[in-house]
Amino acid sequence: MAQKKFVVGCFDEEKVLFPAVKQVRTAGYKIKDVYTPFAVHGLDHALGMRETSLHTAGFIYGITGTATAVSTISWIFTKDWPLNIGGKPHFALPAWVPIIFELTVLFAAVGMVMTFCWLCQLAPGVKKHHFHKRATDDLFVMVIECTDKTNTDDLLAFLKTNGAIETDVQVAEEEWWFGTYDKEDDLYNTKQVAL
Amino acid sequence: MASIKEQFEIPGSLKTWSYALIGIGAAALLYGMFTKGFSADEHEQVHFWGTLMYNTIFWTLVTNAAMFFICFSTMAQAAWMQSFRRIAEAISTLVPIFGGITLLVLFYVILSHNHHIYHWLDAEAVAKDPILKGKVGFLNPTFFIVWTSLTIILWSYFGYRMRQISLEADIAPMDHETAHKFNIRSMTRSGFFLVWFGLTVASTIPWLWLMSLDAHWYSTMYSWYTFASSFVAGMALIALWLVYMKNKGYMELSNSEHLHDVGKFMFAFSIFWTYLWFSQYMLIWYANIPEETVYFKHRVQGAYKPIFFLNLFINFLCPLIILMKRSAKRNFTLVAFMAVLILFGHWIDFYQMVMGSLMKEHVSLGWLDFGILSFFVGVMILMVARSLASKPLIPKYHPFLKESIIHQV
Repeated sequence: MAQKKFVVGCFDEEKVLFPAVKQVRTAGYKIKDVYTPFAVHGLDHALGMRETSLHTAGFIYGITGTATAVSTISWIFTKDWPLNIGGKPHFALPAWVPIIFELTVLFAAVGMVMTFCWLCQLAPGVKKHHFHKRATDDLFVMVIECTDKTNTDDLLAFLKTNGAIETDVQVAEEEWWFGTYDKEDDLYNTKQVAL
Repeated sequence: MASIKEQFEIPGSLKTWSYALIGIGAAALLYGMFTKGFSADEHEQVHFWGTLMYNTIFWTLVTNAAMFFICFSTMAQAAWMQSFRRIAEAISTLVPIFGGITLLVLFYVILSHNHHIYHWLDAEAVAKDPILKGKVGFLNPTFFIVWTSLTIILWSYFGYRMRQISLEADIAPMDHETAHKFNIRSMTRSGFFLVWFGLTVASTIPWLWLMSLDAHWYSTMYSWYTFASSFVAGMALIALWLVYMKNKGYMELSNSEHLHDVGKFMFAFSIFWTYLWFSQYMLIWYANIPEETVYFKHRVQGAYKPIFFLNLFINFLCPLIILMKRSAKRNFTLVAFMAVLILFGHWIDFYQMVMGSLMKEHVSLGWLDFGILSFFVGVMILMVARSLASKPLIPKYHPFLKESIIHQV
């Protein structure tokens, strides 16, 4: 749990946001994230984020599901409790395929949802700081991490010239916490603080 | 758009290759026709006409799948395919040609009463056979000829209407009102094709042309299985032409984003094909009823065993493993390789569907099959290239073109 200083710039149009992201990055500032009301095509590239590995994880979960199904069913039907079902061989692979398929899908789906929640730090009761309430409505909210050397006044002016319609400086909790938003009062005490 | 090359000029090497393929193919076709097709030996006859049948039916259905692709995309108001729709249109111009050959071949088989190919043509045998008697309303020469002719004529006609309306996008920029009307008219025309496609490819035509080779046997999965086979091969053909045109420096507006989505179709419908293949196989295997297993007995346990498992390997395992990764679907070389593999795989699939029923004892895959294949490939290359050269490569004023240019997966 650590508090950090952030500079926040709000944009109301995609075509202003993209050049601004580029300008801010070339100027050497570190963008923590851009919060948007909807998924914006190409923003991840503009931010220089790496390709997600979620699908690789999904593949591994799927293979795990396949292996679980094949080994369990084959052990049950050939070693543990062999049954004669309609004169079929004990190792009746075609009949197992639907179940193998279902378990593959189940493992992949549940695994990927849980991994997604883990990567995005989503869980019941987990709270994170909101930099701007309109990020879920109609504003693109760019959050820039400050270091000791960052001149906030310069940065604010820089954002304004790049088309931000609203800017401010916030000292906020950078990680998630477990509990309620009561802490918000302490953490969101930051309108235009000069440090 | 000044730098866009709108006109395709057929390279000399392409012409040489297609003429060579047609030459080899025509030689094999004629030699086969006189030594086998018109020979007195019925086995030789069945070999030749069966081989010709599955080739011509395969290529008709594959080229028709390109028009199906255009039509369902139009119906869904999809924009992403506009930048390369002319490739699919060019492929679909082959439907009247290959369809015409199919008509000739099937008419010959029906009118010469070749009951070694279609057992239900033998009137005496049908009269003694309660199962075939029950099917006589559907499996009779008159209905076969009428329905087949109607099918091919309407595929060609509705496809022609779709290509004509696409040409309107070359003339002049459209204002909002015109574009809206153009869109509605395109959708109406594609609707006609789609309904007729559903009544034919997705149901009656595979029953009539292919499933009735085993007149006693039936499977409710068969038409969808045939449809999936031809559609995935059709997407592979579109991908192959797209890669070729990009290689020659055309189709500047299409890029790896478009190829990615074509690759997704190839991947997804390979899985869909397997799903239908397996659904058909598993139920019959599990029920184990003699009149149903008769279809699979010589395919799984007899002479066709290697072909049968090669089919599953090429059409399921290879696309599953190779095309799964995002980077693979965006790689032009890999997609081209997979497109060739999938086309070959489904050609083999049609081979075992037809020849597996006609010549149960031994696998005849040889010079005749590859000769006739080379004829169809040659005609396909030449005619698609000509059709591409005959009109602009980009529907310049299509209302959805911009959306296609900025398409991003």
